[in-house]
Amino acid sequence: MIRTDINVLIGGEAGQGLVTLGGILAKSLVRAGYLIVVTQSYHSRIRGGHNTYAIRASGEKIVAPREEIDLLIALNAETVALHNRELGAGGLIIVDEAFKTINDNCLQVPYAELGEQQFSNVVALGVVSQIVGLELEVVDRALDDAFGKKAPELAEKNMQILNESYRWCSQQGLNFSKLAPASDLRRRLLMNGNEAIAMGALSAGVKFCSFYPMTPATSIALNLAAQASSMDLVVEQAEDEIAAINMAIGASFAGAPSIVPTSGGGFALMTEGVSLAGMTETPLVIVVAQRPGPATGLPTRTEQADLDFVLHSGHGEFPRAIFSPGTVEECFWLTRKAFEVAAKSQGPVFILTDQFLADSARAVEPFDLESLARVEAGILEDASDLPYFRYNIYESGVSPRLLPGMSRHLVVAGSDEHPVDGHLTEDLRVRKFMVEKRLRKEEEIIAEVVPPEIRGDEKPDLLLVTWGSTKGSILEAAAKLRSDSIRVGTLHFSQVWPLVPHQFLGVLRGAGEVVCVEGNAFGQLARLIRRETGFDVHRRVLRYDGLPITPEFIIRELGRS
Amino acid sequence: MASIEDYGQFETAWCPGCGNHSILEALKRGLVDSGLEPHQILLVSGIGQAAKTVHYLKANVFNGLHGRAVPVASGAKLANQDLKVIVESGDGCNYGEGGNHFLAAIRRNIDLTMIVHDNQVYGLTKGQASPTTQEGFVTKAQPQGVASVPFNPIAVAVAMQASFVARGFSGMVDHLAGLIKEGLAHEGFALIDVLQPCVSFNKVNTFAWYKQRCYNLPEEYDPSDWQAAMEIAMEWGDKIPLGVIYRNQRPTFESRHTVLKQGALVDRKTDLKKLEKILDKFS
Repeated sequence: MIRTDINVLIGGEAGQGLVTLGGILAKSLVRAGYLIVVTQSYHSRIRGGHNTYAIRASGEKIVAPREEIDLLIALNAETVALHNRELGAGGLIIVDEAFKTINDNCLQVPYAELGEQQFSNVVALGVVSQIVGLELEVVDRALDDAFGKKAPELAEKNMQILNESYRWCSQQGLNFSKLAPASDLRRRLLMNGNEAIAMGALSAGVKFCSFYPMTPATSIALNLAAQASSMDLVVEQAEDEIAAINMAIGASFAGAPSIVPTSGGGFALMTEGVSLAGMTETPLVIVVAQRPGPATGLPTRTEQADLDFVLHSGHGEFPRAIFSPGTVEECFWLTRKAFEVAAKSQGPVFILTDQFLADSARAVEPFDLESLARVEAGILEDASDLPYFRYNIYESGVSPRLLPGMSRHLVVAGSDEHPVDGHLTEDLRVRKFMVEKRLRKEEEIIAEVVPPEIRGDEKPDLLLVTWGSTKGSILEAAAKLRSDSIRVGTLHFSQVWPLVPHQFLGVLRGAGEVVCVEGNAFGQLARLIRRETGFDVHRRVLRYDGLPITPEFIIRELGRS
Repeated sequence: MASIEDYGQFETAWCPGCGNHSILEALKRGLVDSGLEPHQILLVSGIGQAAKTVHYLKANVFNGLHGRAVPVASGAKLANQDLKVIVESGDGCNYGEGGNHFLAAIRRNIDLTMIVHDNQVYGLTKGQASPTTQEGFVTKAQPQGVASVPFNPIAVAVAMQASFVARGFSGMVDHLAGLIKEGLAHEGFALIDVLQPCVSFNKVNTFAWYKQRCYNLPEEYDPSDWQAAMEIAMEWGDKIPLGVIYRNQRPTFESRHTVLKQGALVDRKTDLKKLEKILDKFS
């Protein structure tokens, strides 16, 4: 017997190395041609607590996490108690025989015999790889890539324990179906959402990143910092989030395309800076990686509750764009696009992601960099025409930029209302003129809007609507419901502002029941759609317990399970 | 070579007799004496009467938010090291609202010149206490008199071994222009705290009050002596020392940074071939 889809959950305490184990297993699976969806759940602590690393893998297309566990790797006894109920029919629990777990569907592994305690991860890796049906050689290589260079003295020992554990497991005569070999063996990258945001920013020519550490956004800055020397950029940890955004504005004003990653609480400190970017017309990309609030909330969990906040952040009126990637690939491409739109519209552009997507490693098609055009920074090439004023008025509202110090022209930017020269004004006719100039730039943003993705049946009985990281789960929920002969459509917004109603109002009106699925308690997208179009979605499926929305959750909430 | 005229002459929104007029004059002279032209400098300010200075001379300008001049200036300097970047704002902006950035700027030692117009009062908002207001000073906001101990920017900067710490007085324009020139020439973070009267809202620390107390540090004073500098930094009251109080040759942030060592960021092109190699590591 073989299976086409497997869900492996590794559970244990922080500090037991389950992310390392999960990462090597994920890499092995991707190299063997499988598609994967990783879901990480962790406590806000460095040691102890209960953390999980779940990998769903399949040779076929999968885009969402799954709740039912096929293989539970319990690195401590608590994991068995906590996740036993999630085990599906025929599921298997891998435990250390020392736990003395009494359970029918347990594989008792003699960890102590197979390797010393510091190698228990490697033992688990050998066992799970064999059960899933991975070839030992693939896992060997992934293990070596992870540790070979870091700890060469352990390399041989690692290999030996891996081989031993793999062999031990193959002798157990387990009645557990292996994963069907993948048929599409094209090379893929193992990448999570935050890595893709960092790589997308690098592809767009980011030169400056300032940040204050905050989960789940920090790894964006860390990924950029790791490449700073080779890609010629500066990544600076600021003294606080207020400094972070203001530094980035200064760098961008002086000509360095800039990015600021943060999460809700940190972003709250930045909002005056958002307004400053709007007023001074300084291009800026801000990533808000959402986690549950209010205040400190659940620091390491996921939520989609900052749409309203980001949309309305910053006092006064100015245009903005908000992207909400639904996949790791979209994290890459939309970050690139965010830099383009920021340069074209000369103002703040946001990427709204969340902990689930930030930490969700997937198998990603390699990005075709050769076909990429340079992201133009919108800097005036020929500056010889005198005189130059930073805020010269054009029909589009966009005033061509010059960089301070790069010509003999003077560049003056001001947070006070200003005439074209950037200095202070109290002339109220000028004020009106400048407001209109700034708001006209919204047309530039609208011209670039990524239309929401409409899939499935035309005029469906049921239309599932969502934004951001919940994309995969509505797609899989829709597929499941279709197999029950329900006509289902999906509508996913990978850009939540500005909304262009003619791009989606037809499908909303043509559907029988419209259900908005969101990771927040208000139904923020549903309310935004009503505000902008007058269309009231019929029903909301909302999740705000800190966990990602799964296809099963949607089907349960719809009462169709 | 630029002349004073190249920096222009503009109508200001300041009160007659305000110390800002003299500081503006000293700034222009310091720039001219440093051989700088308007397009080579970037003036960054926050909000307050002092922050308006940047609108009254020709230069590249970023007039940002209250308290946030230092981070904007830091980012701009890191993007383009070839710019001479000057922070120009008041005591409330730099030591109050922007206090954390002041500390961070001293630690980072990015090559910035920070000129603080220190009139010991909030002028723009009409006379509330500032971080440097002396104890007991009565305002409408502090009708019982200020109860907090004043912030001593010089002592803090010297204690943290800022690489250049100086104090000037708006009533001694030549001396101040000299300090600004020295600050501009210094490689690293340079603080120039400038005492100035506020003719409208500070009736205690008046021109005459400062004039009576301010004295120039003697020529034999050695600003590289940290302990002597700490003592001078604490001197306040009947006698107020002016001049370069402390300096050291700490390496700048830029000189320690592998990427910045190779020149201005703004000139770098993105090499997608290198990114291709980075992406390969994900496979």
